[in-house]
Amino acid sequence: MTRRISTDVAIIGGGLVGSSAALAIRKAGLDVVLIDKGFCGAQASGVNYGGVRRQGRSPEQLPLSQRAHRIWPRLRELVGIDGEYVRSGHLKLARTEKDFAKLEAYAETVEGFGIGLELIGGRALKARFPWLSAEAAGASLCADDGHANPRLVSPAFARAAERAGATVLEHTSVRDVFSTGNGFTVLAGDGIEIRSRMLINSAGAWSDRFATAFGEAVPLTRIYPSMVVTEPLPLRLPVSMGEQGGGFYGRQVARGNYVMGGGRGRALANPDFSRPAVSAASSVMQRAIALFPHLANAQVIRFWSGTESEMPDGNPVIGPSETTPGLFHAFGFCGAGFQIAPAVGEVICELVTRGQSTTPVDAFSIGRFREASAHTATSL
Amino acid sequence: MTETVQPVIVGAGPAGIGAAERLVKAGLRPIVLDEGFRAGGQIYRRPLIDDGRSYRNRYGSEAKKAERLHRAFDRLVPSIDYRPETLVWNVADTDRGGHLDVLSRGIHREIAFTHLLLATGATDRVLPFPGWTRPGVYTLGAAQTALKAQGCTVGEKLVFMGSGPLLYLVAWQYMKAGASVEAVLDTGPLSSKAHLISLLPRAPRIIALGLFYGVQLKLAGVRILYGVRPEAIIGEERVDGIRFRVGDQIETLQCNALAYGFALRAETQLADLAGCRFRFDERDRAWLPERDALGRTSRPQVYVAGDGSGIAGADAAELAGELAALALIEDLGKAHGGDRARQLIAAHGRILRQRDILEKAFPFPRDWFETVPGTTMLCRCEEISISEARLAIETENISEVNRLKALSRVGMGRCQGRMCSAAAAEFLSGVRKVEPEAVGRLRAQAPVKPIPLTFGVTGEGEARS
Repeated sequence: MTRRISTDVAIIGGGLVGSSAALAIRKAGLDVVLIDKGFCGAQASGVNYGGVRRQGRSPEQLPLSQRAHRIWPRLRELVGIDGEYVRSGHLKLARTEKDFAKLEAYAETVEGFGIGLELIGGRALKARFPWLSAEAAGASLCADDGHANPRLVSPAFARAAERAGATVLEHTSVRDVFSTGNGFTVLAGDGIEIRSRMLINSAGAWSDRFATAFGEAVPLTRIYPSMVVTEPLPLRLPVSMGEQGGGFYGRQVARGNYVMGGGRGRALANPDFSRPAVSAASSVMQRAIALFPHLANAQVIRFWSGTESEMPDGNPVIGPSETTPGLFHAFGFCGAGFQIAPAVGEVICELVTRGQSTTPVDAFSIGRFREASAHTATSL
Repeated sequence: MTETVQPVIVGAGPAGIGAAERLVKAGLRPIVLDEGFRAGGQIYRRPLIDDGRSYRNRYGSEAKKAERLHRAFDRLVPSIDYRPETLVWNVADTDRGGHLDVLSRGIHREIAFTHLLLATGATDRVLPFPGWTRPGVYTLGAAQTALKAQGCTVGEKLVFMGSGPLLYLVAWQYMKAGASVEAVLDTGPLSSKAHLISLLPRAPRIIALGLFYGVQLKLAGVRILYGVRPEAIIGEERVDGIRFRVGDQIETLQCNALAYGFALRAETQLADLAGCRFRFDERDRAWLPERDALGRTSRPQVYVAGDGSGIAGADAAELAGELAALALIEDLGKAHGGDRARQLIAAHGRILRQRDILEKAFPFPRDWFETVPGTTMLCRCEEISISEARLAIETENISEVNRLKALSRVGMGRCQGRMCSAAAAEFLSGVRKVEPEAVGRLRAQAPVKPIPLTFGVTGEGEARS
């Protein structure tokens, strides 16, 4: 039995990018079908660290990041919940003078974007953040960055899209997808045939398959962040923390748990699934105790990991296909997609409805990998 | 490549001991990891320090078995690598062998295995009702442990509630220990006990013991009521009594402790982390690792035995432990007495058929959540009430337990769902009007029990061959 659905836009992947695009496009008045092989927001979008941070992003990403920064405070109005979003500040530590010099250089590079970085030297740091015990050469504070709860935010966007009239198909794997000349056919789940004028590939770590289907192979690799969470503890950590070099990040959620990450997990035999690596978790925990001695008697209640995509240059792929009119890509966020995703959804909507984005995304064109993938193809 | 065979047994209850005995007989030297201070498991739990009580006094009708098993284990100790007080909190790299992450008396170790035999046992299955988290409310198992291992009672004036043979046994043990047993509140209807008649020819000892406990309780004037549903624990800071319903009648009993439980739930997290496939078991109303007749799981060189692979009790666990060991020996290409395996499988099968009857005689209270008020905590770690969970289920259209955890935090706390997930699955399936099987199973994550954040600091890795 075949179920046929006709729509303006089909979206493969119900993560935060796909869901926010579905919501924006639906609000723009087009019909949308959002397809996910599992639950919406259950992969990288739902199990990431939850950092809502601009600090540390490449300059190319900052216009998009600034646009997202204006969306986050409006979550309740947009999707019905605040997602535990707080502008706690994001404090990035430098262990060494050399690392501090990198923070200083970064601050200078991104000065024009107005994200409001404040550099704090070692001695001042102790005075400002007396709870911080580890020796540090200095830090960079982005006071308006913060954090939110990914396992609530990402599914909420999908639900909001559904309430706005999008058709959301969960537990529906895409079996095949092809261009029909004036649109697309997506064969999904158990006999579902979706015909759409336009197609969005926002399938996260699974996006390379769909890009390849349209002749746009990309050098996407999978990464598995390694996360650790403690039992709930008295509230003490007022900021979201990071470190130059990325070995440790941590925040304390409203419930009191410390959510911390660093290092990588590893894939299981089925690479769609992963487990945190004990070695990575162990180094996160050691660093946590060095930074926060009050955690010395705390207990860890869970590790977790997720499946995320990474691109070789650290930037995502966002924008129109170069082979197939009507196809748009948005994937490869390299473990840092959570904050910018709501803006990416809006950009995709603009591309779909008006053919161009009001926020610059040229740097994220899939074409930048054309040579690389052609080279890979010939070397094979 | 080394030819070394290193079997590791997790758990030193009846199943673990049964397995270790058989492996040693086959010339192997298993590592036996156990969370307890002393071997014996929950049922044959030994005191931390000998307190002079006799086996008869401590274990009642099970004294002979307990003594035999303890002696057997003590004899085994020189032939095995026994590590008590060792929490196994992770299984990794399970591709024909792997390693365990353990916390052994505060020290982190990695222990490599070629063959893993999980005899992880079970905990009480509990269901929430108003006051179930109040100090003074215990599980039946915990109340029994207090008697066996600490030689103390959990109260002076007690009420026992729930469903399962343990209900009557523990009430009787408390009476014998000198506590005042106010009542036994069986949540199953009296009519369900008629099923026991068909058990008489198959397991006369079980029936005789059951009758013995029941009659002795009755003779001592203990009230036994059937078809009971609790209304609430009385008392703000502690247990002062319990209010309950029998039919249309509401009654109140004074007591300073309540012990309750609804049979047991298998501890399956390590099998999950080892990558074993699971199936839904109607009798246990739970997802259990798939196993063949001997205890092989879907993963090569990973075996399960005892209550951790499905609730069947201590006698079955001992048989299953030996069976799994035979499977392991067979997989090593060694000969073992095939007759022994056939005997064990037949005996194990007989016990499982008895369990089918016992399940009918002590039924799970399927209608439980119909009368529990919304303010009652469903998840005690995260303090999520039934009405909060219901709101999440309805507004988010939740139909699966992992989704319920992600969106409502039920099962996300310290116990990682070990205490609440059975109840949460029952509740979710009730709201959705589907069978519990349909709402899926909570995926296990390491650590299966909380570990100190300092584990990485004090850690030492053992060389892996």
